[in-house]
Amino acid sequence: MEAAQAGAVERKQITPSKEKKEHALATRSGSKRRQEAARRKPGNSLMEPAETLRDYHRLMVRIRVFEGLSMRAFRSGLAGGYLHVYNGMEGTAVGWLSCVREGDPIIAAYRDHGYALILGMDPVDVMAEIMGRARGVSRGKGGSMHLYSAEHSFYGGWAIVGGHTAMGVGLAFATKYRGGDEVTHLFFGDGAANAGVLYESMNMASLWDLPVVFILENNEIAMGTRLEYHAADTHMHNRAEGFNIEHERIDGMNVLHVRKDALRIIDHVRKTQRPYFVEIMSFRFEGHGAADHDRSLYRSKEEEKEAGKRDPILLLEQYMLETGVMIEGDIKVVWKDVEQEMERAYKEAADMPKPEPHEVYENVYTDILPEEGH
Amino acid sequence: MTITYRDAIRQALIEEMDRDENVFLIGEDIGRYQGTFRVTQNLYEKYGARRVVDTPITEPGIVGVAMGAALRGLRPVVEMMTMSFSILAMDQIINHVAKMHYMSGGQFHVPMVIRGPGGAAHQLSAQHSHSMEGWFAHVPGLKVVAPSTPADAYGLLKTAIRDDSPVIFTENPSLYAVKGEVPSGVDYADATLPPGSGDESASSDDFTVPFGKAAIRKEGTDISLIGYSRMAHVCMDAAEELENEGVSAEVVDVRSLSPLDSSTIFASVKKTNRAVVIYEDWRFGGFGAEIAAKIQENCFDFLDAPVGRVGGLNVPMPYARNLELLCIPSKDDLLAKAREVLG
Repeated sequence: MEAAQAGAVERKQITPSKEKKEHALATRSGSKRRQEAARRKPGNSLMEPAETLRDYHRLMVRIRVFEGLSMRAFRSGLAGGYLHVYNGMEGTAVGWLSCVREGDPIIAAYRDHGYALILGMDPVDVMAEIMGRARGVSRGKGGSMHLYSAEHSFYGGWAIVGGHTAMGVGLAFATKYRGGDEVTHLFFGDGAANAGVLYESMNMASLWDLPVVFILENNEIAMGTRLEYHAADTHMHNRAEGFNIEHERIDGMNVLHVRKDALRIIDHVRKTQRPYFVEIMSFRFEGHGAADHDRSLYRSKEEEKEAGKRDPILLLEQYMLETGVMIEGDIKVVWKDVEQEMERAYKEAADMPKPEPHEVYENVYTDILPEEGH
Repeated sequence: MTITYRDAIRQALIEEMDRDENVFLIGEDIGRYQGTFRVTQNLYEKYGARRVVDTPITEPGIVGVAMGAALRGLRPVVEMMTMSFSILAMDQIINHVAKMHYMSGGQFHVPMVIRGPGGAAHQLSAQHSHSMEGWFAHVPGLKVVAPSTPADAYGLLKTAIRDDSPVIFTENPSLYAVKGEVPSGVDYADATLPPGSGDESASSDDFTVPFGKAAIRKEGTDISLIGYSRMAHVCMDAAEELENEGVSAEVVDVRSLSPLDSSTIFASVKKTNRAVVIYEDWRFGGFGAEIAAKIQENCFDFLDAPVGRVGGLNVPMPYARNLELLCIPSKDDLLAKAREVLG
């Protein structure tokens, strides 16, 4: 994928002023080697306490293990439909969401299991939703792609590519209308970054000074189409330029880097009450959805192997081992603990009752039932 | 007070904005430009840019932004410059606005109104003359109303703004100048309209029109003429002419397409034993077909003739005035069908 990016940059004539706003790491480090080294080593420039590092590690492991079970549920027929796992992108959501303030609205697309777990939603309820159970977070009405939690200010869980971006700007509109200082965190992928409604939304966000961060999680594959085949300028953050929105590209494979950048950006948005566009480079280890069996259609085994070296969990584990925050045994214990926790959640969800037939009519309207019958 | 349909809508907006700080207006050219059809005239001066929000011309974005605001407790009233433009925002309205309450298992609700003129006006041609209400009524999760009188426009809009579900409020450009008595304040003069929406927060002297209640505009015994919005007026004109011929026609103004007041429609048909449904939208697959099918399913034993159906011609709206008039269902079209049904 690195090659793809580099190639695209060369192909595209980028003006010097735009070049300046490229990858933050690129401006910080003098050489490609140093840049690569910085990528591989999380670093702890925020001087996070050991306990916090362990928390981030556990959060990422929880997502990875949960997603393994999600795919098991799909393969075994307990989950249906479309199901998209977050493997490889854990550093992005854990790093970013560790910086949000309670009450900050969060909205995302359909690859949404990770956000739900990080925000504190019960894995049993999330798995129950994936399995279409009555106690699922959306009462079995949404499924894998439509997780919601009013309690955690999590507004979904949306599955029309790009469709939720205007809504995200609307969440920020309410902040301004009421004179609050919440920041809205609007996640979407590189596929969505080509949708027209995103640009309508960016225009309004900037025009009206709305406190929203457009968080483009760029895993460089829009379903099965590589970045260089779907984006005229593969540095997609440059598109914010035309809307007078500050923008940058950051690395999403190091949870600590993401956190450091997120703290800075969110603080800036809260202070300025202006939108911001951040492109977070990441890698999707699995296919687009659970039914995507042939990744060779869009990338090579070598690419995957290279990316595996930048696995956000692995990077943090290496760092913690080097700095003595954890020893091998500690890491094994975490994985084992989490596997046991998630296996319990999986079993509990699988044993739960399905929704009652009469529930099919509930929640269409707030106060009336729709017409009944076939 | 006797005011126009346009002023009745504006009056309802003003009263709801005064009553609830969370109500705001958003749309194209509604503020500084005073609104394309002048429905929002002077409201920008009265409430300012915070509550009368001028937008770029970008319907999906407008609906999506309004929805996001609604999710956080605001009550946006979106103006579609014409309902024809809502087609651009169909994904936002159907896939997002209408479904969120359901998909979230009831955790979130979307209290917003999308209002604007629908239907043909005067030579606006093919892209600006759509009747969209049937399209929206097809979608679970949306409520759809189509008032024909100033009183209903006023009373239904107040109910729409207070509703916690999304509401499509479709006006008709040819009705904006129609005048009528609007009960406001303590005045309940018009007894043919059921007062009160059952909203506890509303004061007792507050006139609203509830959803899901059709209105009998004229009582009759020989045939039921069933329509809404502008076509309710066509029904009244036709009924008057039939009266001169010794035929007693009953006029049912549907008012609310979703929820639909089936029982009032059925009661009328069971009384008259004959029915003609009229709607401005394309005849093929339109909302009138739903009403006709329901009558057939539920009143079959009471019918003395097949249910008649009058709709717009199945063509894109032509520009030439004579062709346009040919497309829009008229009193004569309704009379012809009524006479056929009367046998």
